[in-house]
Amino acid sequence: MRKMLAAVSRVLSGVSQKPASRVLVASRNFANDATFEIKKCDLHRLEEGPPVTTVLTREDGLKYYRTMQTVRRMELKADQLYKQKIIRGFCHLCDGQEACCVGLEAGINPTDHLITAYRAHGFTFTRGLSVREILAELTGRRGGCAKGKGGSMHMYAKNFYGGNGIVGAQVPLGAGIALACKYNGKDEVCLTLYGDGAANQGQIFEAYNMAALWKLPCIFICENNRYGMGTSVERAAASTDYYKRGDFIPGLRVDGMDILCVREATRFAAAYCRSGKGPILMELQTYRYHGHSMSDPGVSYRTREEIQEVRSKSDPIMLLKDRMVNSNLASVEELKEIDVEVRKEIEDAAQFATADPEPPLEELGYHIYCSDPPFEVRGANQWIKFKSIS
Amino acid sequence: MAAVAGLVRRPLEQVSGLLLRRRFHRTAPAALQVTVREAINQGMDEELERDEKVFLLGEEVAQYDGAYKVSRGLWKKYGDKRIIDTPISEMGFAGIAVGAAMAGLRPICEFMTFNFSMQAIDQVINSAAKTYYMSGGLQSVPIVFRGPNGASAGVAAQHSQCFAAWYGHCPGLKVVSPWSSEDAKGLIKSAIRDNNPVVVLENELMYGVPFELPAEAQSKDFLIPIGKAKIERQGTHITIVSHSRPVGHCLEAATVLSKEGIECEVINMRTIRPMDIETIEASVMKTNHLITVEGGWPQFGVGAEICARIMEGPAFNFLDAPAVRVTGADVPMPYAKILEDNSVPQVKDIIFAIKKTLNI
Repeated sequence: MRKMLAAVSRVLSGVSQKPASRVLVASRNFANDATFEIKKCDLHRLEEGPPVTTVLTREDGLKYYRTMQTVRRMELKADQLYKQKIIRGFCHLCDGQEACCVGLEAGINPTDHLITAYRAHGFTFTRGLSVREILAELTGRRGGCAKGKGGSMHMYAKNFYGGNGIVGAQVPLGAGIALACKYNGKDEVCLTLYGDGAANQGQIFEAYNMAALWKLPCIFICENNRYGMGTSVERAAASTDYYKRGDFIPGLRVDGMDILCVREATRFAAAYCRSGKGPILMELQTYRYHGHSMSDPGVSYRTREEIQEVRSKSDPIMLLKDRMVNSNLASVEELKEIDVEVRKEIEDAAQFATADPEPPLEELGYHIYCSDPPFEVRGANQWIKFKSIS
Repeated sequence: MAAVAGLVRRPLEQVSGLLLRRRFHRTAPAALQVTVREAINQGMDEELERDEKVFLLGEEVAQYDGAYKVSRGLWKKYGDKRIIDTPISEMGFAGIAVGAAMAGLRPICEFMTFNFSMQAIDQVINSAAKTYYMSGGLQSVPIVFRGPNGASAGVAAQHSQCFAAWYGHCPGLKVVSPWSSEDAKGLIKSAIRDNNPVVVLENELMYGVPFELPAEAQSKDFLIPIGKAKIERQGTHITIVSHSRPVGHCLEAATVLSKEGIECEVINMRTIRPMDIETIEASVMKTNHLITVEGGWPQFGVGAEICARIMEGPAFNFLDAPAVRVTGADVPMPYAKILEDNSVPQVKDIIFAIKKTLNI
């Protein structure tokens, strides 16, 4: 039911009234597609890499633009809500890294699987949940995708396994999902993401070993945004060539600010895994504009100049926009319209997320066990009991 | 003869059920002597056969037939896909097992002993136990973690810890602790069929111990419900609650005391979490005396929890004496035999505690 409502609302928000400028736009001739050069990936234990050119259709371009812009504005709205204390606790934002979540999704099928750590809002959206249910989960309301039980770091969707709070723990989980893919024999792959900080966790190397040994269809993806919380990569890793850290696992280093580069690399990696050759590793070089989380201003360990430089030279949304406009795939006005629509969608979602009530206290004990008959859960003292249903 | 003895031990309803079922057996149901090891093996074998999503992974489970031979024959029967030898990477393979469960398979993750599960405990608690709750009921984790728990013989401190209290502490987990072959078979099968993360705390010293497996436990659909204790021996003077190997010691103590006219009611918990406190309460309300017996350390242990709950419930007013705990000694397990023997509850310690409680 909830999925249906989400789908319906998406359709309705897509079908908006066409303003006068649309008529002008519709009469203009856009190119159907354009070919772009993309950066060559650094390779580890691979003879060949992804192609260095790719074709972008107008339709895909508009879709990627809208999606990235939605993630961007959703994250900025979360920032706002956090500062208003409507969102509490941990809030790790991914603005700046939009090309990663959108580009990865563009390279796989909805039937593939994805798992990441706590900087997960973008992936939660690209894997199919609505901005509404994401923001409402952040604000801890009953309309949240986890009914307010999880918060920022614990959002789940079909074939999306969160949202994981313990740094690095999601990597063996992802290898396990890949094991299930192989076990089921359906040619599905699992994208298993972790950051440059997590890359030094021992359990990741255990996962590399088993994935390679058993040829699991697992794409290990290091989202390298240069800082693990406040520690730069140079201060944390003896080797910052994260794409080589899989040793016996082939790897690629990808420009994570260029959505087309990410898409092509993902397609390449997915094809590699699906062919039964085993795991592969992708390092996405990307950047986060915000600090590690909302409690980190993000300027004590890096300069404002650095942040500004990335914004002006490498912003993923800007890069896509420039490409599309310069190749006549879209007009500036058209993209501005999308911006307006996105802002409205986010605003509506934020309204909902702020107005929706908190989960009822009676549900405090729900969902301890799956498939079990109801039982009682103890509260703060022996007289306080909560009913627990599955 | 053994069959009749088996029948006599069972409560009346079950006896009549067995008698009724007897009509449909071509041969009289043999009371089968089955070791705990064989029982776990059978339970896993039956569940592997029943559901192709079930698989076993762990160190030495496949080609070695299991470090303690519990998985003997399974690799030969089911092959590499379903019985998987892992490298020595507890955190990694426990995480892999949890991920596979999230994606819809039904893994049995063996820890060679639960001491090594400490390396992986984050995956058990944070990735498995809490996920159904955190996801608001969207993501289940149908996994079994099993292996020997607690003291063995002469394996010293790092290989002798009991984890019943540690795992029993956590909401979202189920924790079972079989004693007999019947327990082991019924509980492992229930654990595998359960859609929740279940920790099965076996006992290495019990693996080789034979028990009579009653007829109904020989059925492929024999299950023991998780969350229900069993009264192994009826009594009137004192309630003794225990789990795992110490249940046997309690029954021995009861036999000795019976000659002195003291009739002990011995309860085999079978499940640590969710704890069947009702069975314990009902018994205490009958006997007015309670002791708990466990192999683990005293502080914050299983017995401590039972005592706290008894105080909170209706049975408190029926106690004629404070509840008493018999536990492992509050030390890391020493190696020398005399020290080790005195670091675990012995029959004499149980008898002493019973007599103290009864003021005898």
